[in-house]
Amino acid sequence: MDQNLFSYIWRHSRREQIAVIAVVLASLPFYYASLNLPALIVNMPIQGHGFESPGASQPFFPLSLPWFGEEVVIFPGIPLDRLSFLIALSVLFLTLVCINGIFKFQINTMKGRMGERLLRRLRYELLDRVLRFPIGHFRRVRPPEIASMVKDEVEPIGGFIGDAIELPLFAGGQAVTALLFILVQNFWLGLIAAFMIAIQSLVIPLLRVPILRLGRLRQLQARDLAGRVGEIVEGISDIRTNDTANYERADIARRLGQIFFIRFELYQRKFFVKFLNNFLAQVTPFIFYALGGYLAIKGQLSIGELVAVIAAYKELPAPIKELIDWDLQRQDAQIKYEQVIDQFQPDGMVSAAIQSLPEADIPPLKGRITASDLSAIDDSGARLLEGVSFDIELDSHVAFAGPPGQGKEAAAQALVRLVAVRGGRLILAGHDVALIGDAVIGRRVGYVGHDTYVFTGSVKDNILYGLKHEPRRPSALSWSMRDRAELAASGNPSFDPFADWIDYEAASAATIEDVEARIIALLPTADFEDDVYQFGLRARIDPIATPELAALALKAREALRPRLIDPAQGGLVEPFDVEAYNRNATLEENLLFGLPVDPNYVGASLPQIQQIANLLKELDLFNPLVAAGREIAETMIELFRGLPPDHPFFEQFSFISATEMPEYQALLNRIPAGAVMGPQDAARFIALSLRYVDARHRLGIITEEIRIKILAARRRLQAWLKENAPGAIAFYDPAQFNAAASLQDNILFGRVAYGVADAQKRVGHLLSDVLDELGLKDAVLRAGLRFDAGAAGRRLLPGQRQKIALLRALLKNPDLLVVNQGLAVLDAGAQSEILTRVLAMRSGQGVIWTVARAEGEHPFDHVLVFEQGRIADERRLRRGPVKTSEAKERTLI
Amino acid sequence: MSLNDEVEALKRIKLFSAIEPAKLKLLAFASERISFEAGQSLFREGDPGDAAYLVLEGVADVVVQSSKGPITVAEIGRDAFVGEIAILCDVPRTASVTAASRIVALRIRKDVFLQLLRDMTSMALEIMRELAERLEATT
Repeated sequence: MDQNLFSYIWRHSRREQIAVIAVVLASLPFYYASLNLPALIVNMPIQGHGFESPGASQPFFPLSLPWFGEEVVIFPGIPLDRLSFLIALSVLFLTLVCINGIFKFQINTMKGRMGERLLRRLRYELLDRVLRFPIGHFRRVRPPEIASMVKDEVEPIGGFIGDAIELPLFAGGQAVTALLFILVQNFWLGLIAAFMIAIQSLVIPLLRVPILRLGRLRQLQARDLAGRVGEIVEGISDIRTNDTANYERADIARRLGQIFFIRFELYQRKFFVKFLNNFLAQVTPFIFYALGGYLAIKGQLSIGELVAVIAAYKELPAPIKELIDWDLQRQDAQIKYEQVIDQFQPDGMVSAAIQSLPEADIPPLKGRITASDLSAIDDSGARLLEGVSFDIELDSHVAFAGPPGQGKEAAAQALVRLVAVRGGRLILAGHDVALIGDAVIGRRVGYVGHDTYVFTGSVKDNILYGLKHEPRRPSALSWSMRDRAELAASGNPSFDPFADWIDYEAASAATIEDVEARIIALLPTADFEDDVYQFGLRARIDPIATPELAALALKAREALRPRLIDPAQGGLVEPFDVEAYNRNATLEENLLFGLPVDPNYVGASLPQIQQIANLLKELDLFNPLVAAGREIAETMIELFRGLPPDHPFFEQFSFISATEMPEYQALLNRIPAGAVMGPQDAARFIALSLRYVDARHRLGIITEEIRIKILAARRRLQAWLKENAPGAIAFYDPAQFNAAASLQDNILFGRVAYGVADAQKRVGHLLSDVLDELGLKDAVLRAGLRFDAGAAGRRLLPGQRQKIALLRALLKNPDLLVVNQGLAVLDAGAQSEILTRVLAMRSGQGVIWTVARAEGEHPFDHVLVFEQGRIADERRLRRGPVKTSEAKERTLI
Repeated sequence: MSLNDEVEALKRIKLFSAIEPAKLKLLAFASERISFEAGQSLFREGDPGDAAYLVLEGVADVVVQSSKGPITVAEIGRDAFVGEIAILCDVPRTASVTAASRIVALRIRKDVFLQLLRDMTSMALEIMRELAERLEATT
């Protein structure tokens, strides 16, 4: 990248800059004309110069330009009388104002577009460079700092780009025009103005040197702050578990303090410069008024000329100020630019060619993997590999064994270039690993590391991630013509982000359904089926988007019901029955007989809806619910009194959170039992009653009488809600799929009973039996694959993330699968079960797996033992044994 | 049967007799009332201990595996408190308890029980006394 911002701007926006300059030049004559007019209007029609005799006329619109003291006449003009002349000049003035305005508008639009284009290019180039950073560099940079640079720090540069060349020309042109005009009107006044400008442009930049230094400091501090904020968010669990929140607070306060003082000093200096600037600018009119006035009184200067000079001078400070500001902006942008691009030019960047799209499909890798005298060091200079040589068959199953951190991991990483080889050669199926494109490794090798990343999106998106190498099938939605023009103008690549990027062929599939089927078939291999099944049961299904699944769920509900009613399984699930109170559901659920979709119909908001409150009162339910809530509050306060607010019991058992506790205590103290209370307070108590689950909480506060009233209220409420708030509540209906409930809840159509031994487990078995019988398991798994993994996969357990990484690698049918501590968070038993299944599945296809122990029975063909960065031992178990001593000799060479 | 009945039942257990009623109520509230059909196991010998049970209704057999097969060593009924040793010492269950009739029991989870011990020294003292008595009885 260009070190100099101007070279960069000129290189990428030359044509546009010239276009802007052309428009600016075209606008200048009009600008000059608009300066001349006021003097003309005052002198001629108003004061009557040239209209001394009655009926005199003057030529209107004579086009003439001052040229070395002579007037060059272009157009003689139309003769007009005094009044018409005034009107004509005024209209002309208005026209010029409009023309100037349109020019300005056009220029600003062009500048804005140019700036945004260049900003887009700059950001893209920075990010393109991030994608090509050497791997080791990522250990030194903090992600939020990169984000802050790409997003925030280059922003002002974008603002400056539009002004970079045009503004000094435009403002400079204006200033020179205004100055020239003053000089023409009165040479000495013009000279004074020029002298003052010279002082301004000498003194101000000098004062700005420290401002720029502070600006640079502020930029670095702000970037650092972004890095720290990111660290706090990333490290929150360690901050909480180590009680270092206050340590972090102190650090943040210190940094904010530093930034404050930098910014404050910056302001002080800036405003001082501003003050000085304004002062110098006002000194000139002082001279004009004093000296010009004196000359006018003496009759050496016409009043019209003086007004014109002052009017012209009014135009002068603005462009001068703009010029001075521009200069500051220029230096600021240059510094920012340098500081940003410095961070984006690490040594050892990957060349763009390595990541470019291959021209043809990559043929399968066949042959051997050969390492000769391989050595590698990490970024601290510690030795990772030294003199490592091996020769393995690409289609064999190989274990890299040895103690942790002594070479097996680095060797596995070197195969996929996550560790840069410093010496020796690594040949993969005839290709030098250092030279091949990412396409070969990305498509023909599957790598599973211990820290594989899960991106924001669904589980399925993440498993499919390994297949998205290039746009495969265009979609109806694509770049528009306008998009394409802008892509070209800002040097962005034209890859179609809307296309289908999934390489179905690589997954031996033809359609998305096939790929899903493949993933589902692979799930047991990675021991991920149960998890996805659970995701599926907990998923909410859109019955409109997937009507078949909703219909099947209803069928499952139908099939499950007799089993749940079966006395042998009796009482496992209490079904929803519009005619009965469900003791295992919350009172709210019983009242609504459905699930709220609209958040205005949840909990405490419910009794605050006037009509609902009235309905409850009408049925004599309002006060009993308030009383029940009050009793709950009293009981909770009795039970939880004296427990510290962070006591685990609060979260697990209490109706009232620790933070709400004092509020309810105050409420109880303020309102004596049985007293009348306001609707707000009543709603607070009713909210507690609504959370009550009879079978679970066993407080015995909901009497049979209340239950009967709730059933009555349920019917009335449903009628009212259906009419007045359609869609607010998803009502339970034995014949309908409920879109607000999970798939599992839809099938059970009831609540699992509290207090029945092993109810959850037994219901789970019954459910899975029914789903199997109906052939619904596949559909549930497909729903489970749509489970949202959360930001960075945080909604998943670490083990689940690693399984996704393994599936991602398996799905692309790689010629070589490298699993480098890829299942490290699973226990040894689970790891070895998955290993056995993967090896069985990939017989005849290459696998490299890092393992801790080399001794004992191994399912591998070939074992390499790494110790202290060297190969300490080598065993071929299945394909012709190699003597250990031979291997040792080889490593010594 | 409501929470108060469970509190009454807890009060009758020696271990909890010294604890103030409000805390017993909390213990009952934080616990789960579970019913077992005849033949169902409350827990099995060798399983990790995750909860203690207070029998509220019904009868259960305490069964130990021996070389000659399972032997019923005791029959327990209302107000029996079982399974507390396994959750205290992190040892596997030393015996199985199987419902002989329909049983209703209060299931006191390990984390709840230990949390209460941590919060209430009187309860911890009572446990120590109980353990000491049992030790005394075996020597």
